[in-house]
Amino acid sequence: MARLEVEDLHVRFDTDEGQTLAVNGVSFSVEPGEVLALVGESGCGKSMTAMATMGLLPPAASRSGSIRLEGREISGLSGREMRRILGREISMIFQEPMTSLNPVFTVGYQIGEVLRRHEGLSRKKARLRAIELLDLVRIPAADRRVDEYPHQMSGGMRQRVMIAMAVACNPKVLLADEPTTALDVTIQAQILDIVRDLQHQLDTSVVMITHDLGVVADIADRVVVMYAGHVVETGAVDELFASTQHPYTLGLLGSVPRPDLVLADVQGRLAEIPGMVPTLHEPPTECVFAPRCPRVSDDCRTEMPRLAETAPGQWAACVHPGVARAHPTEVVLP
Amino acid sequence: MSAAGATVRVGRRRSAGRSRFVARFRRRPLALIGLVGVVVVVVVALAAPLLAPYDPAASDYSAILQGPGSPGHLLGTDDLGRDVLSRLIVGSRASLTAGVFATLLALVVAVPIGMVAGYYRGWVDVIVSRVTDVVLSFPFLILAVGLAAILGPSLKNATIALAVGQLPMFVRITRGEVMGLREQEYVQAAVINGAPTRVVLRRHMLPNILSPLIVQSTVAIPGAIIGAAVLSFLGLGVQPPTAAWGTMLSQAQQYVSQAPWFAVFPGLAIAVTTLSFNLFGDGLRDVLDVRLAS
Repeated sequence: MARLEVEDLHVRFDTDEGQTLAVNGVSFSVEPGEVLALVGESGCGKSMTAMATMGLLPPAASRSGSIRLEGREISGLSGREMRRILGREISMIFQEPMTSLNPVFTVGYQIGEVLRRHEGLSRKKARLRAIELLDLVRIPAADRRVDEYPHQMSGGMRQRVMIAMAVACNPKVLLADEPTTALDVTIQAQILDIVRDLQHQLDTSVVMITHDLGVVADIADRVVVMYAGHVVETGAVDELFASTQHPYTLGLLGSVPRPDLVLADVQGRLAEIPGMVPTLHEPPTECVFAPRCPRVSDDCRTEMPRLAETAPGQWAACVHPGVARAHPTEVVLP
Repeated sequence: MSAAGATVRVGRRRSAGRSRFVARFRRRPLALIGLVGVVVVVVVALAAPLLAPYDPAASDYSAILQGPGSPGHLLGTDDLGRDVLSRLIVGSRASLTAGVFATLLALVVAVPIGMVAGYYRGWVDVIVSRVTDVVLSFPFLILAVGLAAILGPSLKNATIALAVGQLPMFVRITRGEVMGLREQEYVQAAVINGAPTRVVLRRHMLPNILSPLIVQSTVAIPGAIIGAAVLSFLGLGVQPPTAAWGTMLSQAQQYVSQAPWFAVFPGLAIAVTTLSFNLFGDGLRDVLDVRLAS
């Protein structure tokens, strides 16, 4: 049974200018111990998908669809029931480590708070467990650091504290919303190492939200590529990178700096995808990527294509899928 | 990094944080003067019965309206022959009580209201904000005088009236701070880790909104002290013969031409006390407010 299954998730905002469709029919599932990457540009609905999965949406947003945690439907739970799950069975780490910790409490207290709430540990036991957790995320001299305040730590340290907090109760699913974006490259690698370690040690399923394809290649088992609130391509990471079908995914890959490759097609220049992610106000009547797509044809203008299997386990929502280079901005990585 | 090295650093860093606070305060001589003034007034009020040379209510009809420096009476006597210094010392209690308790009462009521409004937004916020606006549209003293008149003259009612007058300011500050904090990631992190709303508000938000509230309190306390004096002056606060700075002023105004010093000393006491609180508050804001710190 899948750890986490999200099926036909829709998130919609009611604003003064009418409704905004942020997430449109997103489905994915994560197996135990698997790392799934949600990839896409800013504004494509990745973070909103994560927040909706946790049941934490702004009051103006409404959600529909099914969310199952180990087969148990959690989308209809009350706030109180949801709070028993949050932090214990599902937890999350954020992008911004500098502001993710409360400045007035020691890090040990903040990690301990989660343990005291969910596992009923005493203050003393929670502190000891917090030291173990800090050790687990490779914070040196954890028994000293546990009594420090967030401002005494660097960004990388704080992100590790956040991870320690998130995994304190051995959650089944860890949602990581761009956990490395705000960090130095060297620290990024360490953080990814820690996440990978934890996932092996604790058998946690990880949903990694990122726009960094380097991170995806590094850590993910499977990828879900999102665009304008739709899943446009999904598959195992190696196959998907090797035989990319959707022109949007190709565009994303083409915009990754790869100094180790000679990109003949773009003559040393990075490819870019012209235009921006559109904001949908009503259900699309054409492929959402059509306005920016190099392969666009009249067929694309009739309806939003559904996901179709292009190879075993690999799906793309495109009228013209395929690895063929139809446009010079498309670059296929080996 | 060795464990011992870490210990040393932690220790040094901590004390460095505390002494930086003190050092920043020390660099502001006016704030220091304010602090000394506040401490002196508080000590005087606490130790009033020990410090007062005479019973503040004891009349000596053989020595009425004596000038300052008259034998046995450092600051003279009032129209009933009571020692002005003793009445000033004991009167500090009524003024400080009204000022401090009115502000505390306002805080206790306003902070939860402001937090709920700022956290939940929506219709709760709309109602709270509109009511706040209405109350704010009355001048503070007019509102306090009106309320004190309705409640009846006494120190307790004057305190309540002053507290109500201060509510809207504290509600507004709390609401604004909470609205800002709500978007902070550590508050969202608490929610995501399953913290119930009361824990989010009390444990994660309250400590982080304390410094603006403390600073506002140092402005509100002298305001309430003046308010209490005004209410006493108008006969709506402390009732004679109990000593209070406002009632002393009110008495003294009848004798301004014969005995001007009689009005000067209670006036001076009010002025010095409020000035001390204000200077102290300014200093505190400079030290506590990260946005102003260089």
